[in-house]
Amino acid sequence: MRDDITKIRWHGRGGQGAITAAKIVANAAFSSGYGGVVMAPTFGTERRGAPVLTSLKISKHKIYDLSPITEPDVVIVLDHLLVEEVDVASGLKPGGLIIINTPRPPEAFAFAGMKVATADVTTLAGKAGLPTGIVNTGIIGAFARTADLLDMDTLAGAIESEFAGKSPEKNTAAARATYEHTLVGETDEKRQQ
Amino acid sequence: MHIIESGNVAAASGVQLSGAQVIAAYPITPQTPLTEKLSELVDAGELNAQYIPVESEHSAMSVCIAASSAGTRAFTATSANGLLYMNEQLHWAAGARLPIVMCVVNRGIGAPWTVWNDHQDAISQRDTGWIQLFCCDHQQIIDTVIQAFRLAETVRIPVMVCYDGYILSHTYMPFDIPEPAAVSRFLPEFAPDWALDPACPANLNTVTLPDIRPDVRGETAPGYMEIRQNLHGDMRRAIDVVADTDAAFAQTFGRGGNPFIEPYRCEDAEYVAVAMGSLSYQLRDVIDVLRQEGLAIGVAGLRLYRPFPNRAVAEALSAKKGVIVFEKAVSYGYEGPLYADIKAALYDCAHRPAVHNYILGLGGREIKTDDLFDSLRTCCGADAPEAREPAFVGLKI
Repeated sequence: MRDDITKIRWHGRGGQGAITAAKIVANAAFSSGYGGVVMAPTFGTERRGAPVLTSLKISKHKIYDLSPITEPDVVIVLDHLLVEEVDVASGLKPGGLIIINTPRPPEAFAFAGMKVATADVTTLAGKAGLPTGIVNTGIIGAFARTADLLDMDTLAGAIESEFAGKSPEKNTAAARATYEHTLVGETDEKRQQ
Repeated sequence: MHIIESGNVAAASGVQLSGAQVIAAYPITPQTPLTEKLSELVDAGELNAQYIPVESEHSAMSVCIAASSAGTRAFTATSANGLLYMNEQLHWAAGARLPIVMCVVNRGIGAPWTVWNDHQDAISQRDTGWIQLFCCDHQQIIDTVIQAFRLAETVRIPVMVCYDGYILSHTYMPFDIPEPAAVSRFLPEFAPDWALDPACPANLNTVTLPDIRPDVRGETAPGYMEIRQNLHGDMRRAIDVVADTDAAFAQTFGRGGNPFIEPYRCEDAEYVAVAMGSLSYQLRDVIDVLRQEGLAIGVAGLRLYRPFPNRAVAEALSAKKGVIVFEKAVSYGYEGPLYADIKAALYDCAHRPAVHNYILGLGGREIKTDDLFDSLRTCCGADAPEAREPAFVGLKI
């Protein structure tokens, strides 16, 4: 199948803003020349707090397959407790990237053969002035730092557009602070056993 | 200007640009965000329309019938059981020749209850006398809504613009919003020859006798059957108007060119898959892989379901070795309804391909790419089985 598509799967909880976060990244990608951008929430009877998924596909070319991502390149987890509830690494390609909002370091997570990046977005976003628990913009900083797809300034611009008229500066500050404080673990070969 | 938004917002933007004057709707998943967006636009003064919240879909269509009879541009939208609840009024709107436009955000029908996608809702309303167009992506949704008003008002037949629930309605992708001035040129204000007028009272669509009769002016008035034949004849002629509308749209906006069938790698194909809606686009990636394997195969996305563009279908498919029809609906007790239509369109052709039928994706059952490969490979090549009973793809028990 097509190998020109970067597949990013977002894991959050209903009401946590994973869709908005994915939409911001989609807008940043499109404005950077990625003409094929598709963001598909996984549909169901969502309720606040329940685990939810959002698929984001990014390519230079138009995307025709809108089906949910089963083999992501990147997984983004907005709440580290989800790691206990959901197989967030399901289908993740070997060497794939998992970005987790957590106060714990990457070494605290055992994902065989995967690259783990962590940031304490909850704390950093609070310091940036956002209400407690608003992490969907902050985690975009960790994505900018580790995914090697879109730079921080482009993503900050997309955050500003999304929150135009609704004090975007706290959201961009949260993302930039997260960018600075993202920890990246080594891919641990031993864990592949 | 390109934006990234959901399919429902694409539809709402098309309605806004088209200058709908009366919108009456009842919310139902997955149509709800479309009507919410329209009510927001009206509330914000960004769409100069009357938004009439109603207590049911039957009433939504009744309000549209009244509004359209009074000479205003009317719009509604629904899904699944909401569409079925309108059924009586759908026939009425078509019989009364009212150019109402409605988005049908396709969803499976209960019982058992489902909120997820298939095409049974729109297909089950096939014979209501409405034109039915299907969309494959958000650009087609916004473009088709705008075209639908012009088409409906040209032929005086209501139009359904169908798009896949959730798969398109709730997915975000980029699309271009046409310039309002260009839309106004393409779609002039609705100016019907005749409309309800309190100064000139009239009875509309009262009991119509089986036979013709002289009317109050002494002129011969048609009976019920002539009126029915008129609708059918105008539906058949609407096929050409669909093409004309698409051509005019392409001239103004640079998009279109395939009003009936959107072909992908069909020209030199020996086998062609046929589907409606987003599935026809999903099949493109599958076709690309099968082409790499050396299989001469393409996919044709059917855009117009009623009136059925049978000549275009025959032209596109008759020379092929095999045709594989994928559809998200069943004519219970027979086969896939699109399959039956396509076979009938091919009947008069000197050469008829083998035609296969797969039913899939009912009630949102995930359509796995691997299943599409298997289904297509099975139907291609010298040892392909004879066309047979429709097969259900993706069953798990």
